[in-house]
Amino acid sequence: MKTAIHALRAIALALLLTFVGALQPVAAQPAPNPTAQSVKEDQLLQALKPGDTLSGRISIPDAKAANLIQPEGQAWRTFHQGSLPTIAGVAILGMTALLALFFLVRGRIRIDKGFSGRTVTRFAGFDRFIHWVTAGSFIVLALSGLNLSFGKTLILPLFGDATFSTLAGLGKLAHNYLAFPFMAGVALMLVVWVKDNIPTRLDLDWIKAGGGIFAKGVHPPAKRFNAGQKGIFWIVVLGGLVMSASGWHLLFPFTDGHNVVDQQFWVNLHAVLAMVFIAVMLAHAYIGSVGMEGAFDAMGSGEVDENWAHEHHSLWLEEQKKLRAKAPANALPAE
Amino acid sequence: MARVKFLCDADRCIECNACVTACKNEHDVPWGINRRRVVTINDGKPGERSVSMACMHCTDAPCAAVCPVNCFYTTADAVVLHSKDTCIGCGYCFYACPFGAPQYPRVGNFGSRGKMDKCTYCAGGPEADLSQAEYVKYGSNRLAEGKLPICAEMCSTKALLAGDGAIIAEIYKERVTRRGYGSGAWGWKTAYKETVGI
Repeated sequence: MKTAIHALRAIALALLLTFVGALQPVAAQPAPNPTAQSVKEDQLLQALKPGDTLSGRISIPDAKAANLIQPEGQAWRTFHQGSLPTIAGVAILGMTALLALFFLVRGRIRIDKGFSGRTVTRFAGFDRFIHWVTAGSFIVLALSGLNLSFGKTLILPLFGDATFSTLAGLGKLAHNYLAFPFMAGVALMLVVWVKDNIPTRLDLDWIKAGGGIFAKGVHPPAKRFNAGQKGIFWIVVLGGLVMSASGWHLLFPFTDGHNVVDQQFWVNLHAVLAMVFIAVMLAHAYIGSVGMEGAFDAMGSGEVDENWAHEHHSLWLEEQKKLRAKAPANALPAE
Repeated sequence: MARVKFLCDADRCIECNACVTACKNEHDVPWGINRRRVVTINDGKPGERSVSMACMHCTDAPCAAVCPVNCFYTTADAVVLHSKDTCIGCGYCFYACPFGAPQYPRVGNFGSRGKMDKCTYCAGGPEADLSQAEYVKYGSNRLAEGKLPICAEMCSTKALLAGDGAIIAEIYKERVTRRGYGSGAWGWKTAYKETVGI
């Protein structure tokens, strides 16, 4: 028994020595640093380019969740809370001030010769339908959109959190749904009116004469649409196209592999263009209503006074008269 | 009152996703919504690190700044909470959030978002503490019971720390000093404009 224990001791000692001997060369080297190559947040953040996100792999299906940190969010906040309200203020309040000044200086633009009592059809029912579908949805879209930017400051204090939240929620729903009639309206406008909105040499003369809006009795000749109206047409069509494209990405967010930075781009584009769009439409609405006598009839009843038509669309009126002379039984509308 | 924070020690996180699961279980979080997630940086490469991330309850929170209906509020413990009654699901807070914390249930047509859902630091919402109404909307309120968030409390490697910012920073600092390395207090600079000096 004793010899067996001695033998075991000897074996154990021999084994121990072997291990120690084997370990010795390793122990002589410095302790391995398990984080020698590890990623550090500081380095990663500093290496980020603008518009990049610090992201990795995620085991849940939501791809957006793979973004660990997106510093771009801070930039979006700064834009949304600082630049955007400034742009909106300058565009919308600036336009309102300009129009008020114009009204004070020039007053309402009257028909020089007064109403003749004879009318000519300027816009048929379908023209007016697409105009008002687009305009009606635009007004609700503009108000519900502005509410998201300024409601918190201007309207919320009047009604309190609960009521304002209901209002803003309904506004969001209206914005989502009315986007579709607006897009349809813009598309129809393009189809129906584009042929009369191609810029021509005549438009240059009209612009040189300032459109006749700054002086009484000046009426540069124009066909169906003058240069100003053509400008509005192209702003609505092209602006509407960009509004629709950017809005589409907001209606269906994070599709087509879009990440949060893409979404920020679309919402910024949508918002800035919307503010400019609203400002331009204020001017359009002004000149089409209080700004000019007889102008609203074009989109109201569709029948404009002949004297108004002669002053603002002389060449178009001549065409209409010729057409009427050719086919007196069924006078063609402006279309 | 303390200024509570989260701190994930990425050198300890083993990407077990137990924090994610515990959070979903504790608050009955619906399908498709993750209040917490684990992101692995440099996956498969030497030195990869996993970070458990949720709402960081930022100082001067960007979500609150951009919210068009003012649905956010900050508690005395500096927890950023929101009211689902006020939220309209516009999605702005997701655009502004540096950590991708806000989540939206998909309701209705298009990409329509429902009321936003995010980490509450296990502190419920504006309803009465520990009420059924609060549980249904925001999940359980562990802070009202004197407990810390479940994700950090059950973290098996104690990688995820929750509690008074000063105390968890001290714990992390001590760890880094002892072991001689640390990949940083992830998100702190972005959320709190400060980091743990090592």
